[in-house]
Amino acid sequence: MLKTAGVVLWKDLRIELRTKDAVSAALVFSILVLVIFNFALDVNTPEMRRLAAGFFWVAFAFAGTLSLNRSFALEKESGAGRALALAPVDPAGIYAGKCLANGLFLFATQVIALPLFVVFFDVTIVRAWALVVSFVLGSIAFAATGTLFSAIAANTRMRELLLPLLFLPVSVPALIAAVETTSFALGNSESASFWFTLLLVYDVVFVTASLLVFEYVLEE
Amino acid sequence: MGRRRMGSAILDVTLLISMATAMALIFFYAPIESKMGIVQKIFYVHVPLAWNAFLGFAIVFVASFRYLATRDPKWDARALSAAEVGVLFTTLVLITGPIWAKPVWGIWWTWDARLTLTLVLWLIYMGYLMLRRYVESTERRAVLAAIVGITGFIDVPLVYFAIRWWRTQHPQPVIAGGEGAGLDPRMATTLWVCVVAFTLLFFALYRRRVALEKLRAEADALRDDAEAARAEGANI
Repeated sequence: MLKTAGVVLWKDLRIELRTKDAVSAALVFSILVLVIFNFALDVNTPEMRRLAAGFFWVAFAFAGTLSLNRSFALEKESGAGRALALAPVDPAGIYAGKCLANGLFLFATQVIALPLFVVFFDVTIVRAWALVVSFVLGSIAFAATGTLFSAIAANTRMRELLLPLLFLPVSVPALIAAVETTSFALGNSESASFWFTLLLVYDVVFVTASLLVFEYVLEE
Repeated sequence: MGRRRMGSAILDVTLLISMATAMALIFFYAPIESKMGIVQKIFYVHVPLAWNAFLGFAIVFVASFRYLATRDPKWDARALSAAEVGVLFTTLVLITGPIWAKPVWGIWWTWDARLTLTLVLWLIYMGYLMLRRYVESTERRAVLAAIVGITGFIDVPLVYFAIRWWRTQHPQPVIAGGEGAGLDPRMATTLWVCVVAFTLLFFALYRRRVALEKLRAEADALRDDAEAARAEGANI
């Protein structure tokens, strides 16, 4: 399983390094959302600064659906998905590889967007370690359900439309926990241990569940 | 077949009697709540609907599991039917809730834990029903829907804890109505009769929906046969 995961991860990373499609699209889109927030709401007030973590994660939830949509659309286009499904390997390994790749893309997008976010919203990072943990766990959370639902949506006629409809409601707990942990990292709250735990539990639950059901998504 | 029809008839008659009793109890037996007044009576419809909607989603979860294990289309029909009736009931909960909340709390909606959970559930299972519309192959549709039915339900406790904790950290905009706390015995009786009536309503709708799905599958099979026969005839 680990070997399969490694091969699939390496394949997706190589595609991404050559095309830079997923990260650049998600990055531009998240910047766009942040800019639109700036127009829609006057963000340069102290109250709004407290909500900055929320803006940041909303931008990522939407940008994430963009790059996640691409994840399995790519496999469908070139028939690679069928080859993957036919390959005599553990389906859980394929899921693990895709999920790791998607998580890495989301994390990379966040790291690149972070300086812009700091500049736009004039926030200070009080607890850097918490921000790193929040980004890592949040990326895994989005990638865990996002990869599963992206694979499901790729089987339908309306995949671009369906992915956010399936993915966003299920991600509600992860989104709340990610916002609260990032908010804690920005010094807006004193403790966030509940939220770190919840985010971790969400990651474990959905990675496990997806690993178990993924073989059913691949069969045709 | 005969026994099944008999069971259906008994269910329908019991439903009719209990629903009539429930309505009579609501309007003639249960006392008018001292602070909220007559509008509180919506509680007897609202709460049983909410419980049964949740029951519906639990059935989706179990039936989805059974479908993946057995590949028997009847489990897929059950999951679909439970999801549809569940979404219908959730919609009614989301409509009756604000009607009750506006005169009592002074607002239509608040992002309180239970309200938000209901709304998120509605969104998850609307997604489930939307997905079913966009998969062509019957078997693929059943498999993919079952996966969403399972993951959606696993999410429920996480959503609940997240929203609950998230809300308790913020000041409550309204005083939440303490249901069940110090309920008048006559109110409690009415509520329980209503729960029974609405549970029967749930199963009556659910059974009809399952039967409808079965008829649809039969009609599809007949149509496929007819087409195959016509194609054969053309070849000769």
